[in-house]
Amino acid sequence: MEYLQLFFFYLVALVAIVAGFCVISCKNPINSAISLVMTFFCLAIFYVMLHAPFMAAIQIMVYAGAIMVLIIFVMMLLNQGAEVIARYRHAVIGAFVAAALMMVQIIVLIKQGAVSATVGPISSDVIETVGHTELIGQALFTDFLLPFEIASILLLVAIVGAVVLAKREV
Amino acid sequence: MITITHYMVLSAILFSMGTVGVLTRRNAIVVFMCVELMLNSVNLTFIALSSHLGNMDGQIFVFFIMTVAAAEAAVGLALMIAYFRNRESIDVEEFSLLKW
Repeated sequence: MEYLQLFFFYLVALVAIVAGFCVISCKNPINSAISLVMTFFCLAIFYVMLHAPFMAAIQIMVYAGAIMVLIIFVMMLLNQGAEVIARYRHAVIGAFVAAALMMVQIIVLIKQGAVSATVGPISSDVIETVGHTELIGQALFTDFLLPFEIASILLLVAIVGAVVLAKREV
Repeated sequence: MITITHYMVLSAILFSMGTVGVLTRRNAIVVFMCVELMLNSVNLTFIALSSHLGNMDGQIFVFFIMTVAAAEAAVGLALMIAYFRNRESIDVEEFSLLKW
């Protein structure tokens, strides 16, 4: 059973990494967008495996739904062709070296630290009995009420800003 | 047994791939999608650690990151439309008005 779990993890991780590589390597931006949706679905599967089903639903609805529709819509509006001129070769090599160094650094840092024990009261049993959505709602409307209200103002500002920016004449 | 390290390493790989995309691609929309990929890898870290520590706060943070990402998508794409209307291009190499 545990081996099966681990095998499933590696399978989904492989799909996520291959799709992520397609995002940065596809010539056509539409193909990149579809690969990005695939990555989002893989991450949603990981959220379910981590006992966070509400976050998985939000991930699919907000990211794979709303944000990707917005991106693809703008792509079609701007009518960009598939032609892509690559950057200078030394810039590409520099980017790969910088990203590889960063990845090695992060992985070394992760391996150095010791894994701490569980400190909070939320276990998978609690999530199953109480319900994940209810736990999120309790935290959101008690401890995080002020950030929640500020987020609503942020969304309002973003709506107004987007309309003003995209309008032909202000 | 899937440990927390598995999720962290996967997240590091996805974040680095997003960095490569941001640094190498020239289409502004693809750069934007790579930024979304980086945000998502951070979300995976938050949820993995939240589930490991038995604490809800990390998932609330992911909630707020998603809110900010949605606002960023709306404003960023509006900026791209406004720029395309002026210059007929969204190539990041041509964003050089403030360069000296």
